[in-house]
Amino acid sequence: MSNLYDLLGHEVVEGIKEGLFTAEEYVCSVIKRIEDVESKLNSFISLDSEGALSSAKLIDRKFKEKENIGLLGGVTVGIKDNISTKDIRTTCGSKLLEDYVPSYDGTVIRHLKENGAIILGKLNLDEFGMGSTTEYSRFMPTHNPWNLDYVPGGSSGGSGAAVAAGECTVSLGSDTGGSIRCPASFCSVVGLKPTYGKVSRYGLISYANSLEQIGPICRSVKDVVMIMNIISGKDMNDNTSMSSSPITINDKSNNLDIAIIKELIDGSDDAVTRTIYSTSEKFKEIGCECNEISVKNLNYALPSYYTLASAEASSNLARYDNLRYGFDLPIDDYKWDNYFTSVRKNFGEEVKRRILIGSYVLSSGYYSKYYLKARRLRSLLRLELLTLFKKYDLLIGPTMPILPFKFGEKIDDPIKMYLVDINTVIANLAGIPAISLPAGFSNGLPIGLQIMAAPFEEQKLIDASYALENTINIQRRPNLI
Amino acid sequence: MSLVMIGLEIHAQITALKSKLFCSCRGNYRDLKPNTNICDTCCGLPGTLPIINRKAIEYSTMISIALGCKIPNKIMFYRKNYFYPDLPKNFQITQYNVYGFSSIGAEGIFELDDSKKIRITRIQLEEDPGRIAYLEGGMNVRNSVLIDYNRAGVALIEIVTEPDFTNPKEVRLFLNKLSLTLEHLGVCDTLLEGSVRCDVNVSIKGGNKVEIKNINSFKEVEKAINYEITRQNSMFNRNIKIDSETRHWDDRKKITFKARSKEEEHDYRYFPEPDIPVIILGDNFVSNLQDHMPELPNQRFDRFVSKYKLSEHTSNILINDKKLADFFESTLKVYFSPVEIANFLITDFKSLIQDDIDSSDYLRNLKVKPEHIAELVKMIEGNKISRITAKDILVNIFDSGKLPSEVANNTNAFKIADEKTLMDAVESVFNTEKSAVEDARTNHEAINFLLGKVMKFTNGRADPKIAMRLINNRLNKSNR
Repeated sequence: MSNLYDLLGHEVVEGIKEGLFTAEEYVCSVIKRIEDVESKLNSFISLDSEGALSSAKLIDRKFKEKENIGLLGGVTVGIKDNISTKDIRTTCGSKLLEDYVPSYDGTVIRHLKENGAIILGKLNLDEFGMGSTTEYSRFMPTHNPWNLDYVPGGSSGGSGAAVAAGECTVSLGSDTGGSIRCPASFCSVVGLKPTYGKVSRYGLISYANSLEQIGPICRSVKDVVMIMNIISGKDMNDNTSMSSSPITINDKSNNLDIAIIKELIDGSDDAVTRTIYSTSEKFKEIGCECNEISVKNLNYALPSYYTLASAEASSNLARYDNLRYGFDLPIDDYKWDNYFTSVRKNFGEEVKRRILIGSYVLSSGYYSKYYLKARRLRSLLRLELLTLFKKYDLLIGPTMPILPFKFGEKIDDPIKMYLVDINTVIANLAGIPAISLPAGFSNGLPIGLQIMAAPFEEQKLIDASYALENTINIQRRPNLI
Repeated sequence: MSLVMIGLEIHAQITALKSKLFCSCRGNYRDLKPNTNICDTCCGLPGTLPIINRKAIEYSTMISIALGCKIPNKIMFYRKNYFYPDLPKNFQITQYNVYGFSSIGAEGIFELDDSKKIRITRIQLEEDPGRIAYLEGGMNVRNSVLIDYNRAGVALIEIVTEPDFTNPKEVRLFLNKLSLTLEHLGVCDTLLEGSVRCDVNVSIKGGNKVEIKNINSFKEVEKAINYEITRQNSMFNRNIKIDSETRHWDDRKKITFKARSKEEEHDYRYFPEPDIPVIILGDNFVSNLQDHMPELPNQRFDRFVSKYKLSEHTSNILINDKKLADFFESTLKVYFSPVEIANFLITDFKSLIQDDIDSSDYLRNLKVKPEHIAELVKMIEGNKISRITAKDILVNIFDSGKLPSEVANNTNAFKIADEKTLMDAVESVFNTEKSAVEDARTNHEAINFLLGKVMKFTNGRADPKIAMRLINNRLNKSNR
């Protein structure tokens, strides 16, 4: 048998239930794995080994006493460090929250705990989720487990790397413009951004409220389904959440009508394009229709996204004034304006940039020129996609237009950095579900396939993903030691 | 163009709400230790989301209906972004009509009297910030201030009028009538400390508009406006330019003073609140509320005049004090004699409570209950006590809370109708007031004097009709 830490989520739960191993044994194996590889990866900002072990013991006791250990009993979950966890520091990868310990659990965390999941720790990210590499974290970047010189993607880079490297069973990320799918693609794991409203955002520290969702990053499609069915649903604490039916794993799925988005293929590296085309052939092999189509409003997606996301961010991040919580700051000037200035100097460069852009596009006189226009483009794109979904079940393309790149390659040029999000922001603007699946490698670097579906059609996404996962055999474990 | 133009921006807390606008903390933050009425949401902790209080939407819709406003089918919330330490999120969730009518009400008309109407620009629902407590000596001395977030997130209604007022008296009338309306709706107790605030803009002779902020009670508004008109007039007379500016009202010195210029140059960067989806009120929402609205002051006035046959004067006095009007109607349930009870309440009763009238629940703590007044009036009408003794009995009840009949018995206050007892009194007066008796034979005025003496002799308890008859009999008898 392979190492315990390598097990998939459903294997962990079954193993414990069948008495093959204890939750404690499993958690110890995961912690040992973290001890072995974490110095190379830097996936975690905070690790709660003690808490995880005592939760494991509780599950073992329950098992002994023939109590229900829960649907996720023993599964270790790493949480992106922008989701509020009671009594565990939640930093958002920012200096401004380096000492912030929340007083409450986000709704997803509550659901996980209620179902026996073990919260292992908090995972690295670009500051407040703004970035595509984790290079903008105040806690040093995370490294790509497939090649330590390369970025793991972002902003949920810690969530992608930790799952790929076996540092946790599954993880939660958040996705505002691709932050789950980008690291899933770069780290060769499965990442789902759910339909807007499917998962409660209560406890997710807002970057851009109207765009973002919490979602799972896992080593298998089955695990994605398992986590989704626990964390999704209507929540009294989130006005924008909605109820939806559970997702199932169906063994047979074919004759789906799939469209490849031409513009996303055209804009990609050759290696990426080749892999996506060969994946589409696999879809055909299992009986799906696969045609190439064009989405004409795609050109405006990226500017529209950065306008809206920055606008919302500029307001969301206003609360970090260090008055009620925050970090240790010696005070030398008590005037409000000066104090705010000295506090807010501590945001990183990228966060400052977006606050500035956001404040600008919302300023009186510019509101209709930028913000309103971006909203209109957003509706146009959504409408066009919804029309396409009347004809096609799924839209596919590469998750990322390029292969993972080296540290420092794009950090000096914000526009270059923004451009890598071009394929992923579409789903956020339209509020539709999108998944990134491992599709292959080029020079040892992972390539991800992105599949998008109509709102609340996660079932179709999963059907196609599960079928593809069974058809193409992708190497699952990076060689780290 | 009229000489003076005044517009108002009124903030009134919806004090009837049990909880805050976006969380379940108590709506009534008063008398609580600082920062004990707070939660993750109203402190704006990272990751929390606002959950709209449905009752607040209902109450603010009722206010919009009462002020004759249009109510949109869909309402929206906006973020107003500015940095201030009492604002936990550094933005306020409010409503905004510049990008389309989506606040809870707009374009209303409020009648001051038959000849004057005030246009309501808009009504919006928003959250109150926390409060800053300055320590003695101010910031410069202490290098710190205290912030209390108990109030943060309390539901607030903002009512903005067109500059339709031409003098401070109209403003006072408006604010009185508005208070009364809010009170009748049962949504806002304007007498509670800090429950209403008013910003005023004043311009004279078509000149620049000056805004006065920080007026913390309706009572101060008239004073602030008077001060401002005088200030602007004297500047005008000296040919000094009146700047468009923001001023504050200092309610200790009773002057307005110029605000720091920075406070005026806000760009609030409004945009739709993403965490609260558009709320569709629905076709029946407004009509349902309309059907179940509490009676408004005007409607009550009409009812008092038509159903109870009260004079307009009496009706007005009662309705201008909602609690007294309620007390009146409670009394009617015990004993139905509207005119007599109304008169008793607005004269004898009201004169006794005058001192306490500013406390918001002055009637609730009274020992005098509607039952007492009912019995008392019944006794007057049954000719058992005189009006004068009725007032004495009332004074007694204010202290003792005893039933009027009990007080009357204990103090021998019932009227003396027994002719023998009264005859003794008349005899006694006739013996001591001989010259008056002589006069009385020719002069009618003097008979009243004798009656007064008899009343005095009996400590006001003599039944005056019987006493008068006995006096006349006695005069006629001695003529013979």
